[in-house]
Amino acid sequence: MKDNSRRGFMGKAFGAVAGVGAIASLFAMKKTWDPLPSVKAAGFTTLDMSAYKENELVVEKWRGKPIFVLKQSKEMLDTEDKNMSQLTGKTTEAMDKKRLIRIGDAEYMVTIGLCTHLGCIPGYNQDKKSFLCACHGGMYDDTGMVTKSPPPRGLDIPPFKIKGNILVLGEEGPEYKKMKETGITL
Amino acid sequence: MKNKEPLILAVVVFFTLATYYLVEPFAHSIMHKHFESEGFAYKDLPAITKKGNVARGKELVMGAGACTGCHAITSQGLEAPMNAVTAARSYGVNPPDLSNAGAVYDAKFLDALIKNPAHALMVEHKFTPESGKSYPMPKFYGAGGNMDQEVADMVAYLQSIAPKADKLTPAMAFETACGRCHAVRYEKWTQIGEKPEYKKKRDELEFNIRVLDYQDSLAKYMGTLPPDLSIYIRSRGEHYIKTFVENPQQYLKGTAMPRVGVNAEAADKVIEYLEDSGDTKRHERESVGKNVMIYIIIFAIFALLWKREVWRDLH
Amino acid sequence: MAHFTKATSIKDWLNQRLAIEKVEKVMASEYWIPKNINFLWAMGMVLVITFTFLLVSGIFLLMYYQPNVDLAFDSVNYTIMREVDFGWLWRNVHGVAASVVFLIIYIHMFTAIYYGSYKKGREMIWISGMLLFVAFSAEAFSGYMLPWGQMSYWAGMVITNLFSGGSLHADGLVEWIRGDYVPAQAFLSRFFMLHVLLIPVAILGLIGLHFGALRIPHVNNQDGEEIDFDKESKKYLAGDKAGSKVIRFANDFMSKDMLVVAIYLVFFFYLVFYHYGFAMDPVNFDPANGLKTPTHIYPEWYFLWSYEILRPFSTNIGLMAFAFAQVIFMMLPFLDRSPNTVPASRRGLFKYWFWAMLIDMIILTAMGKVPPIEPFGTIGFYAALTFIGLWIALPIITMFEKKA
Repeated sequence: MKDNSRRGFMGKAFGAVAGVGAIASLFAMKKTWDPLPSVKAAGFTTLDMSAYKENELVVEKWRGKPIFVLKQSKEMLDTEDKNMSQLTGKTTEAMDKKRLIRIGDAEYMVTIGLCTHLGCIPGYNQDKKSFLCACHGGMYDDTGMVTKSPPPRGLDIPPFKIKGNILVLGEEGPEYKKMKETGITL
Repeated sequence: MKNKEPLILAVVVFFTLATYYLVEPFAHSIMHKHFESEGFAYKDLPAITKKGNVARGKELVMGAGACTGCHAITSQGLEAPMNAVTAARSYGVNPPDLSNAGAVYDAKFLDALIKNPAHALMVEHKFTPESGKSYPMPKFYGAGGNMDQEVADMVAYLQSIAPKADKLTPAMAFETACGRCHAVRYEKWTQIGEKPEYKKKRDELEFNIRVLDYQDSLAKYMGTLPPDLSIYIRSRGEHYIKTFVENPQQYLKGTAMPRVGVNAEAADKVIEYLEDSGDTKRHERESVGKNVMIYIIIFAIFALLWKREVWRDLH
Repeated sequence: MAHFTKATSIKDWLNQRLAIEKVEKVMASEYWIPKNINFLWAMGMVLVITFTFLLVSGIFLLMYYQPNVDLAFDSVNYTIMREVDFGWLWRNVHGVAASVVFLIIYIHMFTAIYYGSYKKGREMIWISGMLLFVAFSAEAFSGYMLPWGQMSYWAGMVITNLFSGGSLHADGLVEWIRGDYVPAQAFLSRFFMLHVLLIPVAILGLIGLHFGALRIPHVNNQDGEEIDFDKESKKYLAGDKAGSKVIRFANDFMSKDMLVVAIYLVFFFYLVFYHYGFAMDPVNFDPANGLKTPTHIYPEWYFLWSYEILRPFSTNIGLMAFAFAQVIFMMLPFLDRSPNTVPASRRGLFKYWFWAMLIDMIILTAMGKVPPIEPFGTIGFYAALTFIGLWIALPIITMFEKKA
């Protein structure tokens, strides 16, 4: 007697055709899970950079995440050189100045306001000019550079494009691409 | 034994189709009046007998015809004397911008409209002498010359400034013909124009209030607020919309909706706009549909071959 | 505890724990089906496939649907139809399948009536099937509420009002069902829950019962033949496939099932892509408006026959007739007094009863949709009387039926 479980050639062929249909429907299912066009279209935020005041943290919103905008004062820029990273023991000058975005003749820190450790929102201390994440005690300086672990790296910098006095978040301009190449943004 | 399956299939198909026929085409033919389109010919309106002169028409439109006292012609740099909300407060509805009028409206209709608006629009029942109301747009009584010639000149001028048929987009056709009374929220269209993206809640609310003010005047003028047309292509269908627009009175005796007077090409553009809004994915549906049908027929062929293979031993 | 040995293969490992070979035999290769059946016997598999389509498309619709009276309409007609990739496909599949599933259920039902597949030990198959019909009806009705269009709202209004019981004025019950004085947020939320959770769970359970009820009496056949399944299956296993009166469920019956399913799917997808209007009523593309009833309201086509039994009578009699229509099919195995399990064509008067019932229900269906104007009102009235009359006549004509 022929074993029933062993299908003939046509059985296998039919199974293959049915399989193709199943895979095609998986494609439609995958597309249905994608973010909606309205979500993607809302992925841009424009910031008028002339409105910010020195050493005053403003929290904007981009793609549902908080964005820290901190205009650097002359004093803040001068002290950058003296800052020391507790992690490396080296001066942070090489890194932190590069984290700032120059628009017009002012320097800004623009970062995603989520701790790179586990995603809490750090608070800013205006006097100490540093960020403290209350969740696990991570600290950052006024350029978003990490100064105390556990965060593995500085605050992330969102993709941006400079259009005169306007900063568009969500678009990649040449300045952002340059930063990205040097690995500062992440 | 004789194979009875074809007979059984015929019986099943017969009763299925009979039921379908009775509950769909038959029942709907009883529920809904059916009118054939006249192809936007407007046979009740007299033909234009004179050949229009564009230059003379321009003088009349800007001067003696006094059109620009109420109407904007933005394509010629003429802004409306009032904004939409204020205009609606005075007239009930914002008078249309005439930039595209020559392309959207039928020439015969425009001619009749200038001479007697309420008659061309089929809203005379709203503006009877007893009602004491008169149509907001006054009749044109002539500028001293031959009136037929003068009106033909104005129509010729409007046609000369209007975009050519291939430049008239569905949105332009809709906005000119329908958009001052009907919103289409799926396309962000309001009676006072497209709703912009606002960053500040306050600005958005101010815009919404302007829309509501406009809608209040409009609802008072029309008796009720004309419906949002976002998915009218699904709720009413192309045939109904076209024949309704052609002559609203034949469906709804006494309705405040005027005969719009669009020409056949503009009517197609309006339908296209409504399809974009209410049946956006129709092209994708057709192409996916074709592929699925091809696949499923191949699937059926393989199913048949498999069945034959398995049943070869069973007979 | 059972004794386990070191597995020699994955199959063996599973076999020791789940007895997959045994399960395969019981469920498929040695689940015996009579050979003398026609394509109508594949309707069960067609229903399984259609139900699967409903389930899968429903899952994707559920991802974007918002059960809120202010958002529901646009979440369906804007978000799902315009924004979501292939959202329109899920909606068309869901809508068309919801309508077509009833066509197949009716074919399935009338097949059972014609061949007497509800008799002599098969009563539970029939009863569980009718319970499935009730559950599917509730599922269809609750689903129809969700887009919150004009038909959703007014169907919700009218159908829940049926529970006032006419002169009983059980308005409290109606309000209890709605959770409000009119169909509103509470109503939409609870019908959403019923549609996506409670009724589907009940349906899955009933499908299990329906399949289970089939095992002991076995599937009926088209000649009313009593088959000795043990003897015939031995003959098959001994190699006399052609001579045996039975076949395996898989792959023998399955291959025929799949052919019928495939032909059905050609028809189904044609409807999904090119002819879906019948399953999505145009009136429901107007948002719900509690202050304006549409000119014509009517249920979906599969409810029309029972709706028409309600309509031509005064409120109280209508409600009683309606209640009668809802339960009477369930009683079929007991109202048919004849012991003959043979096709209707060999059952004397029952043959006429069958065709009269089928045609009467189609007439009721048609009259249920058209507005109640003459002559439709009168036709509907007599069709409703005929329906009740046929059921009263059934025990009498079957009692005198000769042994076939």
